[in-house]
Amino acid sequence: MNALDGNAIGGLLQEVFGTEMTTATGICGSCGATGQVAEFVVFLRAPGTVARCRNCSAVLMVIVTAHGMNCVDLRGLADLAVA
Amino acid sequence: MAGTAVRRGLSGRAAAGPTRALRRTLTWQVATVAAVRTETASTRTIELSAPDWPGHRAGQHLDVRLTAADGYTAERSYSIAAAPGEPLAITVQRLDDGEVSPYLTEELRAGDQLEVRGPIGGYFVWDADGPASPLLLAAGGSGIVPLRSILRHRELAGATVPARLLYSVRSLADVIYRAELERFAGGVPVTYALTRQQPPGWTGHSGRVDGALLAGVAWPAAGLPGSAPPAAADPVAYVCGPTAFVETIAEGLVQLGYPPGRVKTERFGGPGGS
Repeated sequence: MNALDGNAIGGLLQEVFGTEMTTATGICGSCGATGQVAEFVVFLRAPGTVARCRNCSAVLMVIVTAHGMNCVDLRGLADLAVA
Repeated sequence: MAGTAVRRGLSGRAAAGPTRALRRTLTWQVATVAAVRTETASTRTIELSAPDWPGHRAGQHLDVRLTAADGYTAERSYSIAAAPGEPLAITVQRLDDGEVSPYLTEELRAGDQLEVRGPIGGYFVWDADGPASPLLLAAGGSGIVPLRSILRHRELAGATVPARLLYSVRSLADVIYRAELERFAGGVPVTYALTRQQPPGWTGHSGRVDGALLAGVAWPAAGLPGSAPPAAADPVAYVCGPTAFVETIAEGLVQLGYPPGRVKTERFGGPGGS
């Protein structure tokens, strides 16, 4: 499966958070690496949309859309700060 | 997924259904196709008339949503091909096993309607009135699309910041915007890497981009031996293409001394310059 990056979910994240998120900065809860959301490793066709840390591959975000609702799991992130 | 779009009868017009009560920051709007232009055998540029479009920055993208009569929807993200201030346009490459791109490149006609939302993204963008860092643009296949927006923006804004384009593509016939890139060429040198097929007498690069080609095209990173300020001061690179292409170029640029933060990357699926 083709790994993309956080640019590919800019629309989805803007829908969820209500603001531009590709320039937001996230801190990986597993390894502590800091990166912009645009740099996250993103899989669109996983069960849901999955964003992983570019440094350690830990799962940072999972977003599942069903029946018009987005279920958002951010437990892999220690922090997420909008630019 | 081949043929799914046809079987499901996907189209750009939303099926009748309950309207969302919540108005979000990013909302779907109906755009009308103003024109469809053939770029290459597999790519079309779709000009859109979107009355509520708020404008965009060079490098941003938009989402397209197709809806079937049974309510099934498919969304895809496409880079905006037009410069800020120009009529909205996207350039779409047909993926043979795609669900959305065959409809957009083969079925769509002027006057048809599409649902779009955007503009999207703030990372892979370039503003003509920003810092005057030399621009290194690297495209793999249809990764040229957002870079074309940047080049048109640079020209329309009268920006004098030096720019170079490295374009990896299967063959000359697969070069998108070829005439336009040649017109830019006086101010923006274009270096092609033809990965699959080269015309007779081709003296340019054959095969994938390698370290030597990248080193020859890239602006020297500031502070490295051989860099010549101010022309080469603090260059910024925009790399867009299939994931493998982007990884190769980005790693190569970092090896050449580019700080990772000065290499902006955007990866997409599907075929490209490989």
